[in-house]
Amino acid sequence: MTPTIERIFREEFGRVVASLTRRFGDLDVAEEAAGEALLVALERWPVDGVPPNPGGWLTTTAARRALDRIRREQQRDAKHRAAMMIHDDTPPEPTGAVDDDRLRLIFTCCHPALAPEARVALTLRLLGGLTVAEIAAAFLVPETTMAQRITRAKAKIKGARIPYRVPSADDLAERLAAVLTVVYLVFNEGYLASAGDAPIRAELTDEAVRLGRVLRALLPEEPEVAGLLALMLLVDARRRSRVAGGELVPLPEQDRAGWDRRLIAEGHALVRECLDRARRTGRGPGRFQLLAAVNAVHTDAPSWADTDWRQIAALYDQLLAVDPGPVVALNRAVAVAELDGPAVGLAAVDRLGLSGYHAWHATRADLLRRLGRSSEARTAYDAAIAATDNPAERAFLSRRRGQLSR
Amino acid sequence: MSQYLMSVHHDYGTEFPPMEEMQPVFAAVDRFNQKLQSEGAWVFAGGLTAIEHATTVDNTGERPIVTDGPYAESKEYLGGFWVIEAADLDAALAWAKEGSAACRGKVEVRAFQAE
Repeated sequence: MTPTIERIFREEFGRVVASLTRRFGDLDVAEEAAGEALLVALERWPVDGVPPNPGGWLTTTAARRALDRIRREQQRDAKHRAAMMIHDDTPPEPTGAVDDDRLRLIFTCCHPALAPEARVALTLRLLGGLTVAEIAAAFLVPETTMAQRITRAKAKIKGARIPYRVPSADDLAERLAAVLTVVYLVFNEGYLASAGDAPIRAELTDEAVRLGRVLRALLPEEPEVAGLLALMLLVDARRRSRVAGGELVPLPEQDRAGWDRRLIAEGHALVRECLDRARRTGRGPGRFQLLAAVNAVHTDAPSWADTDWRQIAALYDQLLAVDPGPVVALNRAVAVAELDGPAVGLAAVDRLGLSGYHAWHATRADLLRRLGRSSEARTAYDAAIAATDNPAERAFLSRRRGQLSR
Repeated sequence: MSQYLMSVHHDYGTEFPPMEEMQPVFAAVDRFNQKLQSEGAWVFAGGLTAIEHATTVDNTGERPIVTDGPYAESKEYLGGFWVIEAADLDAALAWAKEGSAACRGKVEVRAFQAE
């Protein structure tokens, strides 16, 4: 596939599937027709050139293919009569500012009645246009397993009659939270791959940011949507400085000159927008806005030492109020260590007892190292190394352990 | 419209609470049933007698075999159910939330097969 066609296809795939799903009421028909339209495009575009409205072209071509398929099936099986579908030759909806079809598709893919891993897979497949093989590779499961997961989820949507609709205002906040969680999961898996050879899976972070932008365009007034996009941009801006020579570089040691200033500016603007809106509406910021604000403080600071730790600790306090959990408390303890010293930080970390979590061990190890308690630090580094499969993180932790004084 | 089964399962061997504790539950379920009826979602509902009173019939072999007890040993058994009409899963889940609160039990939602 040429890069141009692949890029256009990725961008338009969700739109095509969403539009056809509304028209034909069937995800399988929509998905298959979108795939067939790509094959036609691959044949025609290199010869005829890319059409002026590639999205419209793909949707029309896919709709024609879907109709052909439904006609064939009807001839084969008289019982399979979808009379309504076959007479619907209306042109595809113009793609305007508010693209309801894709929004419907996102809410269907992230429905709470589907298992979380199925939501992620369906979203990447139907909205992101990733192939089953690509999704399987990204999550390190065999392709047949991933294919089954997606097939089963689509069968449940059909069997249980999961609606193809944007939820009512009553349910919107809760359902939107599920959608944002799926996108953030994709981003996180890309940003710190939990296993495999690549420390960062750019195809996942890029896709999550793209989905975040789609959501932002569809729901411009939703503060948590802006918050999630800001968070991803501000974290992703540090991508280039985050791995050096196959080794993870933690935030205190990162080369801040290597950060992407364009993404940071965009993220900061979104965070400011969230703050303004919160002030105007009196609605307190949610989880993603607070996490974005934390990262805005980090990306604003000239160095780790010159970071506004008081503000970061205050933001984590707010976050603990809306999203209590030991991982948030761990991050707060890191800020406390900067404000009140490593001994106070360590006491807070130890209270959490997150012994299955690599970041807990790594944080303890670092604080123990700073306190000069080398042998305890060594044990903690060992535990952290054992708890992560990310090769760059292991490399960093091993080097740190090696630097401890005897 | 689709039909959905909303079923409520009980743990095997747990004592049935005393009547005075159950009375508000029955009242809440009654109110829920009336709401289902007045909104046109009601198809059928009922509570089942104790699982110990179940009888299993197997006529898949040469002759029917009748045995005392449930067909499979299980920690949980079906205690009662509703069959409702709902536009889609979201509508059915909204009913299930009310039903679960009324009967103070988990409610499993399953769609009937399409025609």
